[in-house]
Amino acid sequence: MLIRFFSLVFLLLSLAAPSLAQSDPKPLIDALGKADFKQAEALIGQIAATGDPRVVPALEAFAEGDLYVRKSDNLVFIAKPAGAQFTLVDPMTSEEAGQVAKAAVTKIRVNNNLRRVIRSALGGLTLLSPDRAVRLSAADAVLRSPSPENLELVEAALAKETDAEVKTRMEEARAVSLLSSDRSVEEKRAAIETIRNYGGRDAIGILRAAYGSVDASLQPDIDDAVASIEGELALWDMAQNVWYGLSLGSVLLLAAIGLAITFGVMGIINMAHGEMVMLGAYSTFVVQEVIRTNAPGLFDWSLAIALPVAFLVTGAVGLVLERGVIRFLYGRPLETLLATWGVSLILQQAIRSIFGPTNREVGNPSWMSGSFGFGGMTITWNRLWIIAFSLSIFVALLVLLKRSAFGLQMRAVTQNRRMASSMGIRTPWIDAFTFALGSGIAGIAGVALSQIDNVSPNLGQSYIIDSFMVVVFGGVGNLWGTLVGAMSLGILNKFLEPSVGAVLGKILVLVLIILFIQKRPRGLFALKGRAVEA
Amino acid sequence: MNFKPSIGAKLGGALLAAALSTTAFHGAFAQEDTIKIGVLHSLSGTMAISETTLKDAMLMLVEEQNKKGGVLGKKLEAVVVDPASDWPLFAEKARQLISQDKVAAVFGCWTSSSRKSVLPVFEELNSILFYPVQYEGEESSRNIFYTGAAPNQQAIPAVDYLMNTEGVERWVLAGTDYVYPQTTNKILKAYLMSKGVAEEDIMINYTPFGHSDWQTIVTDIKNFGSAGKKTAVVSTINGDANVPFYKELANQGVKAEDIPVVAFSVGEEELAGLDTAPLVGHLAAWNYFQSVESEANAEFIEQWHAFTKNDKRVTNDPMEAAYIGFNAWVKAVEAAGTTDTDAVLDSIIGVSIPNLSGGTSTVMPNHHITKPVLIGEIQADGQFEIVQETPAVVGDEWSDYLPDSKDLIADWRKPMECGNFNVATGKCGGKGS
Repeated sequence: MLIRFFSLVFLLLSLAAPSLAQSDPKPLIDALGKADFKQAEALIGQIAATGDPRVVPALEAFAEGDLYVRKSDNLVFIAKPAGAQFTLVDPMTSEEAGQVAKAAVTKIRVNNNLRRVIRSALGGLTLLSPDRAVRLSAADAVLRSPSPENLELVEAALAKETDAEVKTRMEEARAVSLLSSDRSVEEKRAAIETIRNYGGRDAIGILRAAYGSVDASLQPDIDDAVASIEGELALWDMAQNVWYGLSLGSVLLLAAIGLAITFGVMGIINMAHGEMVMLGAYSTFVVQEVIRTNAPGLFDWSLAIALPVAFLVTGAVGLVLERGVIRFLYGRPLETLLATWGVSLILQQAIRSIFGPTNREVGNPSWMSGSFGFGGMTITWNRLWIIAFSLSIFVALLVLLKRSAFGLQMRAVTQNRRMASSMGIRTPWIDAFTFALGSGIAGIAGVALSQIDNVSPNLGQSYIIDSFMVVVFGGVGNLWGTLVGAMSLGILNKFLEPSVGAVLGKILVLVLIILFIQKRPRGLFALKGRAVEA
Repeated sequence: MNFKPSIGAKLGGALLAAALSTTAFHGAFAQEDTIKIGVLHSLSGTMAISETTLKDAMLMLVEEQNKKGGVLGKKLEAVVVDPASDWPLFAEKARQLISQDKVAAVFGCWTSSSRKSVLPVFEELNSILFYPVQYEGEESSRNIFYTGAAPNQQAIPAVDYLMNTEGVERWVLAGTDYVYPQTTNKILKAYLMSKGVAEEDIMINYTPFGHSDWQTIVTDIKNFGSAGKKTAVVSTINGDANVPFYKELANQGVKAEDIPVVAFSVGEEELAGLDTAPLVGHLAAWNYFQSVESEANAEFIEQWHAFTKNDKRVTNDPMEAAYIGFNAWVKAVEAAGTTDTDAVLDSIIGVSIPNLSGGTSTVMPNHHITKPVLIGEIQADGQFEIVQETPAVVGDEWSDYLPDSKDLIADWRKPMECGNFNVATGKCGGKGS
């Protein structure tokens, strides 16, 4: 390990130009303490040009905002918080240099531009790292911030590289760096070909950026390459739109599926439905707070724990609501509408009084953060999980309704209340539990929606209209209708949005639904038979 | 209709009435020798998220002033009303404050719609409103003081910073679909084009209120940014819609180093609902950040934590604007020796008071104030690191970059006393109020 490290140092030293080989980076790092943004940028260039791998920790700390200057002697250190104090670490040797009060040091400010410069410099410096992952991200860094200074470093690293994936990435990084260098036209033409094969939006950006600076004879090559990448991307864009549509549809499905029970099956116009979603989101917040203070290690499980909690909390609220208010209002839809709307205002204000009017932070567990590339598409993990989650809730609910005794009784009561009652079913309790089930499912939806939306007292309001829209469009009383309705509204919305904008898109969708309801008043999947007349 | 009152219906009705009735709660008891001031901020409804904080800030300022002996030897008494995020109700509540409660001045409003709703009331009943939020400009009323930022105190310096320091050449102007973003974007577009930015390098995008599905728009921004020119997003996205927007940016891997987003409606309070680690480096432009290092600010934060009994509560820019407005009013009243509207309107122009960013703010004849513009980058702890600070800038009510208003100025000193004086025609009158 040590030998490898030294050979690395020698290699880097021999790579750097002879005039720079001897320069010591320490004074340059110390000079950062007094530099403004412009001077700092120049200094980073000089520090990187020393080629000394010992500067890597200092640059990394600088980008993270952990580099401080000691007021007493203007020396620069990496500072790590230790209680109310800082532990100072020498930027070159990584040796501890004692603890100081926070007031004894000043933070060296860093902005986006410097972070970008540092990233590029670090990319060049870590290309020869023994760690494969570091080399890969170094090649990525060089690829994302083209600079001719990195060209020779990449070529040297390329000659040593054995790993196929890293090698490909380095070849792309080399092509990108080469394009902005002063190499020959022929080499650049080959580089354009390499970038073309790399593909994707980034490649278009790189090629367009180089357009103005390359030889005029190369410009047609760039045009061809950009056109061919755009041709490939056009199909992926379609796929991406479908994916976004499904994702929006799954959010609509989540918001509406509880309402499909309370409004769809029971016929209650429940204006407090959105607030059930909100209560579910707040349950998630409370669960996460408890986990944060008591068992931070469980954080990645917080959503799994929040699911039953949210279901029980909102289910219980739903039960109380049905027993306390709604059961007195069966058969009087207007009064139900007003009463549930009043309840929704009370719930909102209650949450506002307890948790305050501002947004609450619900964290994303690591498995719900970030994205991955799939062909020319970007798929974010949280959306993927939400699609999977909403579909599994849908299936679970379907099974419950069609395969369980409770589901059978529920359907019996909604289809023919008197007959069910004479068969010995306690219809008032079936009503209460059906409403509680619908509310509980809204609560579960709240757990998922807390991951993509604000957790504020107003959370529910933004979903209530959409939920009714989905249930009515899909056909009241039909779970499949809700699924198909949500997905088709989602996809329709996402195909309209790029061409007409989000505002007009939303209006057009509403107009289309109104026209559709004129034609088919009972929605996509109309119930047939005696149940409709009842 | 068969109306058989059942327990449920009565209960529902009573609850509904309780929820709908807006409560006006006064100080414990009204004494004769107090000076009343009105606090007109929504404590329920959609805007409560932002405005409740300002109500608390006003109560704190009143409490602090009373500790110092009040104003003109009398204690101050805050009359708090709740206009419930309902624009017409703002006008009603303002009328109630002025006519029934006889307040000397009112501090309040957040949205431009609410300010436009109360403006005729304040002019008709001749009272004073201090408006503490950044807005789109294009207005100057005899009875309103605008202590938040006008576009030239926020938007234009932010764009300058991106252009000069980050070398941005391509611009996405993204906003919520209402008056503030639309006017600001109109001004910014005219400004950018005057700086030589081509029309195809500007993309303007509007979204509905509370927009939560940002997938398509973030993808559009990424595509727009792949034209080989440095791209930035200027966001006038309103309040609640910001959280899902930033989450989507973080998840799709749009880093501040690649495409920075500068926002005019995102402050410490909005970030409190977010994990800011993936957002480090995105920017905001305000006249105040909690991270400002000044004695006045340290004292203010300490008072705020003590008043709210919560040392995690953050401070933000509209709170500083409320602070400046309140102190300017106190100083003007002391100078005039009375709370009479006309006397205060005369004495307040030219009043200078220390602001929280270490300088002073002066009330100008156009009823706007001077203050510095700060550009801050979001940090992992939800605070901002200030990367640039300008000298104090005078709020410009009529933008110089819009053809309709470039010839207009406002000067409420005698003898001009005009909110829209046209320097080209030499006459008072024209666009606006």
